[in-house]
Amino acid sequence: MSGPTPRRHGLSGPSAAPGGSDPVVRRETASQTAGPYVHIGLAPHAAGFDIFANNFGPLLVDAKTKGERIRIEGRVFDGIGTVLKDVLIEIWQANAAGKYAHPADHQPGKKIDPHFRGWGRAATDFDSCVYAFETIKPGVVEGRNGRFMAPHVNAWIVARGINMGLNTRIYFSDEAEANAKDAVLNLIEWEQRRKTLVAERLAKKDKTGTTVYRFDIRLQGENETVFFDV
Amino acid sequence: MRAPQPDAEFLMRDTTSHPPAYTPAYKTSVLRSPRLALISLQQSLSEVTAPVFRADELGPLDNDLILNYAKNGMPIGERIVVHGYVHDQLGRPIRNALVEVWQANASGRYRHKKDQYIGTLDPHFGGCGRMLTDENGYYAFRTIKPGPYPWRNRVNDWRPAHIHYAISGDGWVQRLVTQMYFEGDPLIRSCPILGVVPSAEQIRGLIALQDIGAFVQLDSRAYRFDIVLRGQRATLFENHVQKSAPGARS
Repeated sequence: MSGPTPRRHGLSGPSAAPGGSDPVVRRETASQTAGPYVHIGLAPHAAGFDIFANNFGPLLVDAKTKGERIRIEGRVFDGIGTVLKDVLIEIWQANAAGKYAHPADHQPGKKIDPHFRGWGRAATDFDSCVYAFETIKPGVVEGRNGRFMAPHVNAWIVARGINMGLNTRIYFSDEAEANAKDAVLNLIEWEQRRKTLVAERLAKKDKTGTTVYRFDIRLQGENETVFFDV
Repeated sequence: MRAPQPDAEFLMRDTTSHPPAYTPAYKTSVLRSPRLALISLQQSLSEVTAPVFRADELGPLDNDLILNYAKNGMPIGERIVVHGYVHDQLGRPIRNALVEVWQANASGRYRHKKDQYIGTLDPHFGGCGRMLTDENGYYAFRTIKPGPYPWRNRVNDWRPAHIHYAISGDGWVQRLVTQMYFEGDPLIRSCPILGVVPSAEQIRGLIALQDIGAFVQLDSRAYRFDIVLRGQRATLFENHVQKSAPGARS
């Protein structure tokens, strides 16, 4: 059989999993780069062809989605400031009420919005190099120990040259008070790095009247974006 | 009222299971790898939830790469079934996981506007598919075995035949992108991308094995490829103890 050989953990006492015998903790399958042609599998229109009837993409909202419509856009840079054209980004976020559309979210009093899953995917454009998501501003989500997290969007970044997807969070520049109390931002001991996680609200709305937040990602070097081990 | 803690948490990622970010043998990683350490955080609802996918979002041929782009004809190449199980490190099946795959055709050519390789495009082959795992974590798709192809790492580097995978899980932190290789491919031993995986055991875990038990008579051969995502367990007792300790609420 393929897959890693299960490795015996060597425990002889009570198991870590409820109702089980000694757990066999296997090793996670190794990550590999998504490669330059990631679009073929994850965004075929960007690769240049049409195949699936239903395409996952950067539009997270429909006409009935509750919440303030926003656009999150930006560019991705490498270690010498080159703007990258072949990056794929996915986002995962709560709805306007601050609820995740997932059974593990038991926050009391908050409801799932049937018109909002909270997940999207965008490729950087081959010409403009810009990625963009059309979504809504997430509400606050309760974090650990009863503290609320500042509004944020979770992002995962894959591309040629990236061996394992990079995790980051996108916070909002117009939420300074909430950001100042956010537990995750506060655990970044280098205060000057925290701003790499804050998307800047642009003064002008776009031509559809949507508020735009700019979030550039720097993979390496000066102002390197904070990436998390989640 | 008890402060909401995640129902479940995921085992800390064992970074030794994965290639590091900076791997000079794979040249593009040199400028695209962070230089600063990843910052660790404790999991919250943001990390332990994830998008839920439904069967009605996928089309009936989405997992059939032999037919899903075929116009009045069939793609050229070796017909294979690829199948296996998605489990977590503790053996739990991952149900309704979205498995997305993409690959080159039998000549080693990708249907991508940026691929200039001289190997010919196949008008009947797209090269992508997707499916959901069932209640046992099982997935299966049908395709044409991809060919190897050259790439500009060193001047004469060739990728072994491979299929790219992207897999979702129950929690955001399980999201994984990887590549599956084929048992017996002599290019495996010299590939810089596979070579940056830091152990022989982990490299073996990326090589699909021929699965005679799933061959379809007079039609297709088969390969078996199982995937292991990060382990999930119920939130441990300590979190409840911390809540009632003096000064626990910050």
